[in-house]
Amino acid sequence: MMRTKKSTRAAQYVALAAYLVFLAFPFLWLISTAFKPARELGSLDPTWIPKDPTLENFRQAFDEQPLLQAAGNSLVAAVSAALIAVVIATPMAYVMARHRTRLAKAATGWVVVSQAFPFVLIIIPLFLILKNLHLINSLLGLIMVYVVWSLPFALWMLVGYVRAVPAELEEAAAVDGASRVRTFVSVVAPLLAPGIVATAMFAFITAWNEFFFALVLLKTPEKQTLPVILNRFIGAEGVADLGPLAAAAFLATIPSLVIFAIIQKRITGGMLAGAVKA
Amino acid sequence: MRTAPRLLTAAATALALLLTGCSGDSGDDDGKITLQFQSLAWQKESVDANKALVEEWNATHPDVKVEYVQGSWDSVHDQLLTSFEGGEAPDIIHDASDDLADFAYGGYLADLGELLPDRLKSDIPKRSWQTTTFGGKVYGVPFLQEPRVLIANAKWLKKSGVRIPTPEKPWSWEEFRDVSEELGDGEDGKYGVAWPLKEPVSATLNLSLSTGGQMFHRGADGKVDVRFGEADEIMPRTVHDQVNDDKSASGTTLGMGGSDTLPGFFGGKYAMVPLGFSYRQQIVQQAPKGFDWQVLPAPAGSEGLAQGVSPQTLSVAEDSPHKKEAAEFIDFFLQPDNMVKLARGDWMLPTGKEALKDPALRTGKHDWAAGTALAEDLRSAPAQSVRGYPEWKDKVATPAFQEYYSGAIDLDELRERLVEDGNLVLARYQR
Repeated sequence: MMRTKKSTRAAQYVALAAYLVFLAFPFLWLISTAFKPARELGSLDPTWIPKDPTLENFRQAFDEQPLLQAAGNSLVAAVSAALIAVVIATPMAYVMARHRTRLAKAATGWVVVSQAFPFVLIIIPLFLILKNLHLINSLLGLIMVYVVWSLPFALWMLVGYVRAVPAELEEAAAVDGASRVRTFVSVVAPLLAPGIVATAMFAFITAWNEFFFALVLLKTPEKQTLPVILNRFIGAEGVADLGPLAAAAFLATIPSLVIFAIIQKRITGGMLAGAVKA
Repeated sequence: MRTAPRLLTAAATALALLLTGCSGDSGDDDGKITLQFQSLAWQKESVDANKALVEEWNATHPDVKVEYVQGSWDSVHDQLLTSFEGGEAPDIIHDASDDLADFAYGGYLADLGELLPDRLKSDIPKRSWQTTTFGGKVYGVPFLQEPRVLIANAKWLKKSGVRIPTPEKPWSWEEFRDVSEELGDGEDGKYGVAWPLKEPVSATLNLSLSTGGQMFHRGADGKVDVRFGEADEIMPRTVHDQVNDDKSASGTTLGMGGSDTLPGFFGGKYAMVPLGFSYRQQIVQQAPKGFDWQVLPAPAGSEGLAQGVSPQTLSVAEDSPHKKEAAEFIDFFLQPDNMVKLARGDWMLPTGKEALKDPALRTGKHDWAAGTALAEDLRSAPAQSVRGYPEWKDKVATPAFQEYYSGAIDLDELRERLVEDGNLVLARYQR
């Protein structure tokens, strides 16, 4: 194995640091803006650390919009969508990965193609279907949409993870007399855990951030999710109530960050597993 | 694998059918009518005013309940389109007149001509009704509007000794150019004016009305064509020359939105910024303590201070089963006193003649009076009823004006693109 030169290593660290700064910039700027008073937001010399930090933007954001209720709705929608998507996608992915028939290949192709459909193409028929089911302005309707929307990509991700699990392990289980179902539950599923977590995380983030479906399908403030509520801080011609918007947006990122922090190791493991070609 | 989506759909449908009873729309109970009113109010004072009026209505009209639904400006068009297509549109719809044409031609909005009382019809001037009238039918009630004004650094202007314009004696476009140059020519990073022209088309068309610029001309056959004559040239040429020849206007602000120019304005980089009247609220909130600002009328031309506006509107959905009651609510909502409350909440001008007389809108505080004095000169924005205008604006006019203002193309090239390319676009909509 070649030893990395010190200069190369240093350059790698510099590049990594630059990348991290690039990634962190919008978030740090968001935090900074959230704590700035209105007069500082209009300053010609922007500062990273607010000169006169204030919680007024947070007070105003909570005062003007039902943020906690919206966060609760987002959480219910995103967690439900993630769980249901994973429960449906996992066995489907197993079948698609292990049975390489023409049908499975066609299904994989369809999964890829389905990701190309723009929201506007499907929103009206979807709206009509949900209306007939009396599921407009209902979190249940939104969850169903999120599940269907995230399912193809979840399936695609999980197929990769299943293929990374050596088929020899299943053959050994079969030799020991385990049934298909038992093999899947006892042998394959535990090895898939990191991939399942990563997929659930993807479905969660997709639903947590989704705006357009929620906007169209949910009408009353009691049902609306965070992205829809955040949109209310923007007025005509894009004029924004910047301080409260930044405060509310900062709060909206916290659940995702917490969940990422908790399951980071599993995700990393899952991604590596999924990267291995069968 | 084809079975998977089917299974999914079947499972989802079964689940939904089981839970159908758990959700659903609130219908008319006990013979009482419920109207949905989707408001786009977004600033706290404005939302409070809207909600207070809805509560007042509900308290005095036990048989017709109005339900307040919050919408947002940023996404209203797509959201409404989907709701119309799905037959789930709110009964009373808050929007802007420049967004109504598509919905009106699409048959989604009710003709309010026979539904509105004479009081409201006569209170709002004809020129404002023109903003919501398409094909002889009225598809919305215009109730709030805002002129574009020059917001100026009062101290800077006073120190320079230039003549301060008034609505009675405004600057001509030529004088405006001279004054801008006198106030700052880019030396020491200070400019006479900062034009925020991220969206250059509506600003150009609306302000060009003052010089008689019309751009869109409707023939006897009803077809519209684009022309770019001498009257249309004055405003864009002034901006172009300020940026490229005089250096009295900052080139860097051309790509900015109005809010983006405020830090530079507060920081003493620009003496004047052309902005909508409602931007005063941001200035009051964000300006450094002691910052002295004032509202000036936009430059005038052969048509005086005329300029185009797209007022905020209230419409009734064609599908609404309670159009009469919806119109009654609109009449209540837009009583003169209520219009004043709404105008103050949004820092804009009411269209109603009675509301405009209110002392609260004629005060010198925050220069309300300076804006109110311009109300009579506000006209329907050109082209808002022209089919194909959105495509002309996005594909032809926006890039052409952006290039012209930045100096990349000259006036002849601008004219050629606006007219020749533009008429090709419009022709497709007028076959």
